[in-house]
Amino acid sequence: MATLPLYAQFINLFAAFLLLLAFAMLAQRRVLSLINLFAMQGFALAVSTAIVAYGTHQSHLYWSAGLTLVLKVLLLPWLLHRLIRQLDVKWDVEGLINIPTTMLVGIVLVVFSFNLALPIAQLSHTVTRATLGIAMASVMLSFLMMITRRKAIPQVVGFLAMENGLFFAATSATYGMPMVVELGIALDVLVGMIILGVFFFQIREQFDSLDLKHLETLKENE
Amino acid sequence: MIEILFVLGLPVAGGLVLAVIGHRDEAPAVNVAVSLLTLIAAAALTVRVIADGPLLVLDKQFFVDPFNVFLVALTAFVGFTTSIFSRPYMRIEHEHGRLTVGRLRLYHSMYQIFNFTMLLALLTNNMGILWVAMEAATLATVLLVSLYRTAASLEAAWKYFILCGVGLAQALFGTILLYFAAERLLGAEGGALLWTELNNVKGSLEPTVLSLAFVFLLVGYGTKVGLVPLHNWLPDAHAEGPTPVSAVLSGLLLNVALYAVVRCKVLVEGSLHTAFAKDLMMGFGLLSVVVAAFLLSRQKDIKRMFAYSSIEHMGIITFAFGMGGPVASFAGLLHMTVHSLTKSAIFFAVGHATQKAGTQMMDNIRGLITLSPMIGWGLMLGTLAILGMPPFGVFTSEFLILTTAMRDQPWATPFLLLALGVAFAAVFSRVQPMVFGETTAKRLPLRPAMAPVFVHLALVLMLGLWIPPFLADWYRQAARLIG
Repeated sequence: MATLPLYAQFINLFAAFLLLLAFAMLAQRRVLSLINLFAMQGFALAVSTAIVAYGTHQSHLYWSAGLTLVLKVLLLPWLLHRLIRQLDVKWDVEGLINIPTTMLVGIVLVVFSFNLALPIAQLSHTVTRATLGIAMASVMLSFLMMITRRKAIPQVVGFLAMENGLFFAATSATYGMPMVVELGIALDVLVGMIILGVFFFQIREQFDSLDLKHLETLKENE
Repeated sequence: MIEILFVLGLPVAGGLVLAVIGHRDEAPAVNVAVSLLTLIAAAALTVRVIADGPLLVLDKQFFVDPFNVFLVALTAFVGFTTSIFSRPYMRIEHEHGRLTVGRLRLYHSMYQIFNFTMLLALLTNNMGILWVAMEAATLATVLLVSLYRTAASLEAAWKYFILCGVGLAQALFGTILLYFAAERLLGAEGGALLWTELNNVKGSLEPTVLSLAFVFLLVGYGTKVGLVPLHNWLPDAHAEGPTPVSAVLSGLLLNVALYAVVRCKVLVEGSLHTAFAKDLMMGFGLLSVVVAAFLLSRQKDIKRMFAYSSIEHMGIITFAFGMGGPVASFAGLLHMTVHSLTKSAIFFAVGHATQKAGTQMMDNIRGLITLSPMIGWGLMLGTLAILGMPPFGVFTSEFLILTTAMRDQPWATPFLLLALGVAFAAVFSRVQPMVFGETTAKRLPLRPAMAPVFVHLALVLMLGLWIPPFLADWYRQAARLIG
């Protein structure tokens, strides 16, 4: 097997960081640390996108790296920090999640994703193809995080982390989507986040807490 | 081309204007006027497409063919009639103190933005923009569903946001995989996400990637269609939002999501040459029909019940498109049209009925026919139409779907018949006492605005008796395209 060029090794390194951070988020109970981990994941994503741009001379990827940096490392974490300060949930700790079991399920998901991505990665001609499995795994892990969390903010961070994984899939498998699509996706994420921010306040006003167990009354046969 | 700009530009302009003046007394009239102008633009676009054939304009970014042009016309039409209905409805809600003026402004503005996102999703040729538009439609409707800011509506909106957000994230992954397969053939420049370009090369797209992509796309957009088991958000969102929103959600948004699924299915079928996509769609469709039919009888809330009926009908349409072939696809398209018209008419009638009765609980709504004959008859006829009674159009499409199923997929017919029977029993036994039951309430002096209901029902009746030749011709062309 031919050795990979240096930049490709760096991409793999950052891909590994991405996955590691996804696991760290899965295990993190503190809201504040969770947001910081999310910002770090965004940073790893931005750097790896920039390296792909440098290595393959795809200049439009510099733009999407910049977009990621502004949106996912600066803007969204800043919004989230502001939110948890205003909502006074900065030091919230989530109980009732069984971390060892969650991690084990997470490992199974990673194995599953790598198997799923294998036939596709073999078709890919991009230098970054090996990372497709990682991208899919981090999507799955974020998904798992959303399922296991009972509080509103961690669930949203999981949602945003899923977007990170998808974005990484787009860069690693295809060198990024067309710019107009990327801009549209970024806009949707931002608007969605702002709407959710407004939502948090209303949920709090209505239920006096951000615990989603209050949001389980709509069922059949009530 | 100018028509497309108008169709898309008018709702955006309307949304912006209403964001400023949406709280004033004339806002509902502006809302109706903008919707009417959009309808006129859509009609002009339709005439253009009939005369000149498919359009591919603005650097190939917009594409209009017989398949989406009728959906554009339908969306603009139902958008217009719903804006007429929402005028008195929202005024009464405001008078009852359920909405502040600020909320009304939000409502009017988002109503137009929501229409814009649906029209964009229908007209765009770019699969990525299609996704962006679907996500934007979700965001707009989340705001609309949570309009009352009650505990229940917040819960419904949160559930809606999270479930559809996650669902659409799957669809984005599917889109990325689609792009991945196409980029190898078409190059990295914008062309690889254009549906027309993809359609030209669909035979040589990599089958392994496409089958995986389709699973993600079907699950993703299927969440938005409300296919079982991804339907959980749908009854809550329908029951807790304002009724005009329920009408456009059921009548339009589900159609648009299904449109996205069918566009993807065309590509995947062309690449795979197997029954994979067909089987998946038939399976999901049939499951939705059966599960929704059995859940119908357990409902107590009238809007929830009709939301489940929407799931059932979406299941029927998905099943029809899954079966494929000229007759089934024709019937699927017809069913899309008649379901959208009938269901929005029902929601209009239900909206007036619940406002008069002051509750959505079916046990507490009685004797609508004495309260107001117009509402009573509107609800009764709408219900008979949606349950597939001849001579309404729903009968025609369901009959076509059932007979094709007997020929092509005989195993599925008993399930379909059973589900339709159960649905009939469940819904009819609920609606009958609501309309004809004894009531002590006095007849109301106020006359409700029922024109949209009867216009819709008249159209459905017409489609059951006679389909205009140009419409039948579109359906045939579109059915050929869908395969």
